[in-house]
This record gives sequence, C-alpha cells and structure tokens, in this order.
Amino acid sequence: MTTGNDNHSGNFIEYVTVMIGSQLFGLPISQVQDVFMPDRLARVPLASAEIAGVLNLRGRIVTAIDMHCRLGLGKRQSDRPPMAVGIEFRGESYGLLIDTVGEVLKLADNTREPVPVNLEPHLARVSCGVHRLEKQLLVVLDVDRIFDTGHEAVAA
Amino acid sequence: MDDLLREFLTETSESLDTVDVELVHFEQDPNNAKILDNIFRLVHTIKGTCGFLGLPRLEALAHAAETLMGKFRDGMPVTGDAVTLILSTIDRIKQILDQLEKDQKEPEGSDPDLIGELERMVINAPAAAAAPAAPAVAPPPAVSAAAAPAPAATPSQATGTLTYQVLERPLRVGEVPLDELERAFRETAGPELTAPPAPKAAKPADKPAGGGEDEKTDAKIANQTLRVNVDTLEHLMTMVSELVLTRNQLLEIARRNENSEFKVPLQRLSNVTAELQEGVMKTRMQPIGNAWQKLPRIVRDLSAELNKQIELDMRGAETELDRQVLELIKDPLTHMVRNSADHGLETPAERRALGKPEKGTIRLSAYHEGGHIIIEISDDGRGLNTAKIREKAIASRIVSEAAAEKMTEAQIHKFIFAPGFSTAATVTSVSGRGVGMDVVRTNIDQIGGTIEVKSEPGHGSTFVIKIPLTLAIVSALIVEAGGDRFAIPQLAVIELVRAQSNSEHKIERIKDAPVLRLRDKLLPLIHLKTLLKIDNGENSEPENGFIVVTQVGKETFGIVVDGVFHTEEIVVKPMSTRLRHIAMFSGNTILGDGSVIMIIDPNGIAKSVGTVAAQSAIDEDAAQQRGSSDDMVSLLIFRAGAAQPKAVPLSLVTRLEEIDAKKIEISNGRPLIQYRGQLMPLIRVNQDVALKTEGTQPLLVFSDEGRSMGLAVDQIVDIVEDRLNVEVPSETAGILGSAVIKGQATEIIDVGYYLPQAFEDWLIRTEKKIKAKARTILFVEDSAFFRNMLTPVLRSAGYSVTTVGGGEDALQVLKGGDQVDMIVTDIEMPGMNGYELAQAVKADQRTATLPIIALSALTSADAIERGRQAGFHDYVAKFDRPGLLAAIKEQAAVMSEAA
Repeated sequence: MTTGNDNHSGNFIEYVTVMIGSQLFGLPISQVQDVFMPDRLARVPLASAEIAGVLNLRGRIVTAIDMHCRLGLGKRQSDRPPMAVGIEFRGESYGLLIDTVGEVLKLADNTREPVPVNLEPHLARVSCGVHRLEKQLLVVLDVDRIFDTGHEAVAA
Repeated sequence: MDDLLREFLTETSESLDTVDVELVHFEQDPNNAKILDNIFRLVHTIKGTCGFLGLPRLEALAHAAETLMGKFRDGMPVTGDAVTLILSTIDRIKQILDQLEKDQKEPEGSDPDLIGELERMVINAPAAAAAPAAPAVAPPPAVSAAAAPAPAATPSQATGTLTYQVLERPLRVGEVPLDELERAFRETAGPELTAPPAPKAAKPADKPAGGGEDEKTDAKIANQTLRVNVDTLEHLMTMVSELVLTRNQLLEIARRNENSEFKVPLQRLSNVTAELQEGVMKTRMQPIGNAWQKLPRIVRDLSAELNKQIELDMRGAETELDRQVLELIKDPLTHMVRNSADHGLETPAERRALGKPEKGTIRLSAYHEGGHIIIEISDDGRGLNTAKIREKAIASRIVSEAAAEKMTEAQIHKFIFAPGFSTAATVTSVSGRGVGMDVVRTNIDQIGGTIEVKSEPGHGSTFVIKIPLTLAIVSALIVEAGGDRFAIPQLAVIELVRAQSNSEHKIERIKDAPVLRLRDKLLPLIHLKTLLKIDNGENSEPENGFIVVTQVGKETFGIVVDGVFHTEEIVVKPMSTRLRHIAMFSGNTILGDGSVIMIIDPNGIAKSVGTVAAQSAIDEDAAQQRGSSDDMVSLLIFRAGAAQPKAVPLSLVTRLEEIDAKKIEISNGRPLIQYRGQLMPLIRVNQDVALKTEGTQPLLVFSDEGRSMGLAVDQIVDIVEDRLNVEVPSETAGILGSAVIKGQATEIIDVGYYLPQAFEDWLIRTEKKIKAKARTILFVEDSAFFRNMLTPVLRSAGYSVTTVGGGEDALQVLKGGDQVDMIVTDIEMPGMNGYELAQAVKADQRTATLPIIALSALTSADAIERGRQAGFHDYVAKFDRPGLLAAIKEQAAVMSEAA
C-alpha cells in the first residue's frame, strides 16, 4: 500500500476532498475505492466509539469509521446523512464516514507543507501535510495512520 | 511447474505416507504378505516413476529400499533395524521431494550412507539366516567391501547423468550395478524360501495379540476418485455461501409478499441450494484418519526413542469432518499423542512393577455426537501428577498457594492448559518444551471446540476434544436485544424458555443476579443487552423475556433476549480486525434481508459473566467445593410450617421422596408408611406441618443402620450451594439456628433431634451395641455449624463426645486428664490448626498413640498424604458422614487390637 508520503518526487497527486466538520481534508485517490451512501448501518456493541458500525456493501461487510470521532471532533451531529469513502486496508473493507464529498483536486506534492506543530494531536497523528488552497487549507490524511489504532482502540 | 512433475509429487508423497503406516503395521505383523505386497508395490511404483522422470538420486534410494523389501518377501526375517532403515530411507526420499518441489529439480548429491546400509543389510541378513543354503551369493562379499568406500569415492557424480535407462547408468567407481545386485539376489531367492521359517519365529514377542485384525489392507481401487485442487473447492464453497445468502434474501422478500408467484420456484431454488450446499460441504469432508496417518510412524519412533512399548489403537478413523477443521486439529492431535507417549506412559519396568502389561496403549477414537465430533485421546499410563501440576502452577504464579490448596484435582488438572505450562522435569526432544497444551487449547478454541481432561492416578488420562463439524456455515438462532438483532449458534442452544411474571417460568433475582428455576436446576441468567451495554431502557420488564438456554462445555446458563425470530443458516464471516478484540462476538454475517448482524460467541459470554467464569474452571465433580471457599455446602431447601425456608445439609439426607398421601397409615397414633418393605415412621418437622390427606406428600428420608425415618415437609424447594454460617443460634428444639442462604434467612434443622423421635431407641440402640467398648471422642472444630451437625451424628453412633472449638482447647482437655480415646479434628482452624494439633499430640508421651482423624473439605490424594505425615491416622471429607463413622470404627478396631 502506498501512502501520500511515498510520492515525493514533485509529482502531482490527486486527492478526493471531503468535509469533516468544518475542515477540508484530502485523501489520495489511489487509495479510495469508492464513495457511497452508507445504508442500514448496524452498530457493534462494545466497540470503540469511532466504530460507527458495520454495513453490507454489495455482499461485503464493511466496517464504518466515524471520522469525527477519529479526529477527536466528538460524535458527528448533522442533520444531513453522512457519506462514506470506501477504502481497502490490509484486505479488509472500511468506510470512512464524512460529511460531504467535494471535487477531486490535483495538487503538486512539492507545495505540500508539513503539519503545523500546534495542530490538535488527534488531527496531527493522522495527517501528513497541509496544502494552502485559495480559500482554505486542505489537510492531507494518511490512510495508514487512520487505521493504526491498535493500542489506542484498546485504551479507548 | 511441469504437470507431470506435480502429479508425481502429489502421488508420491501420498504413497510415502501410506508406506510409513504400512511399514509400522508390517513390523508388528511380519507374516502379513498382503501388507508387504502393498508396500513393495508402492515403492516399486515410486522407483519406476523416478526412472521415467529422470530422477536418479530418488530412484537409487527407492531401488535400494525395494531390494531390501524384496528380501523380506523372499523370507528374510523382518527386524526392527531393517524397518528403521527403510523408514529413514523414506524420510530421505521425502526430503528430496520437498527440495524437488521447491527448486523443480532434484537436489544434487547422493545418498551412499543409506544405500550402503541397505545393501549391507541385504547381503548380511540372508547370510545369517541361511548361510549354508546360499552358495549363489558369491558376489556379495565383493560388493559389501566395495559399497563401504563408495561414499568417499564420488559423491557428486550421480547427478550429472540423465540417462533414463536404469541398466545403462554409468557405474560409480568400484560399484556393482544395482540391477545386477538385484538379479543376484533374485537368483538367491530360491534357497532362502526353503530356509527354515525363521521370520515366523523372529519377532513373536512384538506381535500384538489380535494385532492383525486392524491390518486389513484393503487395497483400494482408486479409479473412483478424482483429484481436485483445494483452491477450486474453496472457491466453490465461497460461491455456495454467497448463493445461500442470496437465497435467504429472496426468501425474505417472498416472506413479505404473501401471494407471490415466485413462491413455488423459490421453494425449489431453496431446496436445490440446500442440496448443493450439502454436496459442496461433502467435498470438503475428509476422514479424520487423514490426520492420524502419520501417528503410527511417530509412535513407533517414539517407542524406540523412549524405550517404551507403545500400542496405538485408532478407532473411528472413517469419521469425517471439514478439511479446514481437520487441518487445525492435526498438530494438536500429534502433540497430544506425543505427550501421552512421553509423559503418560510409564517405562516397561515401571509398568511391570505396577502389574500392568509392559506394552502401554494410546487410544484414539473419534465419533459423531449431535453436530459435533468427539475425539478422545487416552492412555493407560500413570495419569496426571496432581501434586506436580499444583506445585508448578503455584511456582509460575498462575494460582496462589491458598487457592490451590482448596482446589479439586480436576480443577488443578486444568492448569495444564495454561500458557507456558509444562511439568516435564527434563526437557526431552519429545515434549516438555512448555509450548504444549496451551497451544493445543488455543487451536481448539479457535475452531469453537472444547477440550477437557479426565485423569485417574495410575490408570491413565483421557483428553476429550469436542469440535464442530464445520466452520463455514452454521445454523443460528436470530434474536433481538436492545433493538438490535444477533445470531446465536444453534449448536450451543439447548432450549428456549419464555419467561413471564405470571407463568411457571419467571425470572427471579437473588440480590442482583437474575436466575431462572428450570425443572430441577437454578439457571444463572445474563441479560444480553446489559452485557453488550445496549440497554436503552425500553422493554425493561425484568421478569419477562425469552431465555436462550445455552451450554458451553459443562456450563449451562440462560441468555435473556427481548425477542426470538427464527433460525437461519448463516455464513460466518470473520470480524474486522478492528473489532476482533470483542470477545462476545465470534464473527458477523449478512442476513437474508441484507442487514449485517453480529454472531454471539457463547464462549465469550460464558467467560464474561463472573459467576459463570468462576464455575467454568470447575468440573461437576468439584461442585461441592466451589470457588475459593471450603465452607460451601450443598443444602436442601424446603418449607415446613412457615413461609420462611428451612434447610438441611444435603449430605445428611438419604433420599427425597414424594409419596401418595393415601398411603400414609396411622398405627398406634403415629403416621407410618410402607417404604421399601419396611414400616417407616413419619415425623413432622413441627406442629404446623399438616400431613397431606390427598395428592403427594414430600418427604426427606434419613436412613441409618437399616432404619429409615421420613421427615414430612410442606414443599421441597431447591438444592443450593452456599456458605453456611449459623448466625443466630436457635432456642427452638429441632432448629440449630438461622443462616443466610442465597440471600434469605433460613432455618437450619437439627437432624439429631428428629432421629430419636422416630425410634426412641435410635440413639440408645446403637449406643448399646458399642457400649462395651465405648469410646470418648474429642471433637475439635471451630465452626459451630459443624460442631452442631456432627456431634449428634457421633453421639447417635454411640460415642461419647467432648467438643472444643480449637486446637489449644483440645490440648487443655487432654492435659486435664479426661478420658479421650480418639481425636477428630478439623484442619483449618484459627490459632492452632489441625496439623499443629496433631504434632503437639504426637509430641506428648501420654497422648502419642491417640488416633487422630482429620476432617477437611479437601480430600485430594496428596492432601491425605500430607495429613499422614503430620500424624493423622485417617482423613475424611467433612460431609462424608458414613466415611467418618467408618474411619472411627476402623481406628477403634485398631486400638482394641493393640490393647
């Protein structure tokens, strides 16, 4: 699996942009399988808070992760139904629940700046850079780190 | 890889496995020509194929082995050495095959060591067996001389040539062609056949009695079968699983639309799917014998390595189970057989000393039992060493010394499944590396199986493994709790009970713990939604609900759910790694309606519930001494006269009866009943108990010395186990006092009070009998309850009893010069305990010969041994009333003999 980090050679990387809360994030398109409307999410008792539940996506069981929780923004509270970005990680299917999906942006890797040191730790842990767009900042998410929660999940 | 080569590899490795097994059989039964023919044929085929494929190294090995076996066929005695040699040749062939599979070419090198050995044996053996009759074996001396230096000569030359014709293979330096050798031996065959029947006499000792019956070498005709790649089957299985899901989906839709025209074809589809599923499952089924195939060889090698004679008895090898399951249990089984051979069986000398047959037996058996397969591995060895296991468990801090002291043997035996546990004093190459039974247990846990151990000192131990037939598709009960649906595997479900506050089955509470009275048992209950923390407060009528009675191992408990829907065949999908840590779920599945639900893991539930978890370590035979307390007592709870329950230790009651009230007769103003050919007086617990005039009258029957008394009660309520602390002593006759039992104040009755009421002479009678040699017993016991319970028992047996509450008091009594003939003492007491008391008594000249009987909840073999060392003459369980009386009698007899 490649991460955003691996493509350092001044290339352009395409990002699927998503809104989580009021912040714009980018996920490398190479790692996104699909975008779907999560339907009939079944909650998993005793799971950690960031696990929103599991759902059936065309016969596969997908584990949905509430990105609000994952990023330390509290439980998602919005009237609009969430969207999900489908990602396959180590042979398992996951859906990252986000608020809205935006356009796909092609950004040069050399304009990506390091994560500001004062970023909230939850956020800093899963990001691998920031792009300054015209109107706002885009935080690049590192997919591997989103799933790298083995010990945290236990602690939670 | 070349198709031809692949085929060769598969076929050859199968043939070699068979050869392994057959050779071991053959060694035991050297006269069975059929086995030998079979082996010979297999090896010959291997040799032939190798020649055809141009694998000279393999061919040479196979040839040499075949030659030796040809000798067997011609009547050469079958020796253990020869078989070992052939087996190691086969091992070498296997190694080469592995290499061949990896590199797709035969590894370089040659095997002069083995071939030389084989040839030497071919040459020497017949010479020994039929030396004068073999003049034709003239060339051999030359060959045997030549074969020995061969290894040094040209080790690498063998590989360079790729000639297909065996006969044209270039000779190694100083070597005679194998074929010529063979021919030479063939020519010598005649005289050897006429040689004295040496083979028959050769190994009579090794031949097991009736050993031949298992060795029916059914030469299978293999053209009825087809080789299919496992991946193909796996894929087929996945597809069928999906088909099952889709079928379920369709059925769900049809269920919603009443008059659908799809109904009939759908039914058909459903049936076909079910059959297809079954068919595919069948293709995955393999006889368990496949997993056992390597065992005869392993046992044979072990028996040589350990110098033990071992017979492996395998039963039910044809029992089929899913290949996935089979794979997972293969290693555990092998490990356990090794363990049995290494730890379980004694050496022949030890066995002889114990009067057992020198040959130890390891028995493997497999059979089906209600959707499960049961595999038993038993040996007739020494059994588990409880003391050693306890020691080790304490040393490795798995259990505290105090806790271990109170555990039963069965509980202690369970420690062998604890991680990193091995009692083998020395690490042998066979077992004892500490990665043993815990790995076995983990593997078995993984496939939803259970393992239990039974052991009897001196008679061997038995491991019982219970595993499900398959893992992929299970039948599950769909239930609802807290608004969500869950699947509970049907295999674990025993029955469903609907609990309602106004019905026979209602959920009751003992403090906060919900329980259900189910027939004769109290069932612990677990609310699923509470356990899963999804209790939304809705539908919270604590007395109502559906109870799924579930069994895990020997534990039974009830899972309370809000609703039960139906059963469905579900395809188990593993939980996401992010969720796998939740022990309550074994997986998830997609239901017919497309929704995802969790599959409940009954094991996880059992573990999570404290009470159940505590019990799970305990065998049923340990039920009397539960958990951390030795004061746990089985009590019979009943009602008599008042609403308040009464109790009596169950051990005192001989029988519970419900008699027809019409059969009660009145004689001499007293109620009697004809009971087992005798007249049994009925005694009421108190004046408030009215004997029933119709229906049935419950009775507690107490018997002693051939006499019985029926204690009439209003209602027999339950049998419970609890700690017994008589907190409020009673003034009322017949009542020892009150105790809190299962959260309720309960009166404990004094059986000793009622016995004389039935037969005035009950106590006097026995007293008379013993009067002549009346004994005074000093009864030392700190618990008032046991004092009160046992004193009347002792008195009724005719002894005069002095009771004291501790070791110090006992010594006072002894010093005071009172007449004491015997001491009966508890072991665990505050202040001076039983052991210390015994030592003090022994130390005093005047009392050194006094018999001392120890009373304890703990009666394991080594606790008894410890007691003996401390100076106790006997050791009796606290509740074993007849045992205590017998022990006293015995000691009294010893005393009068001595006197």
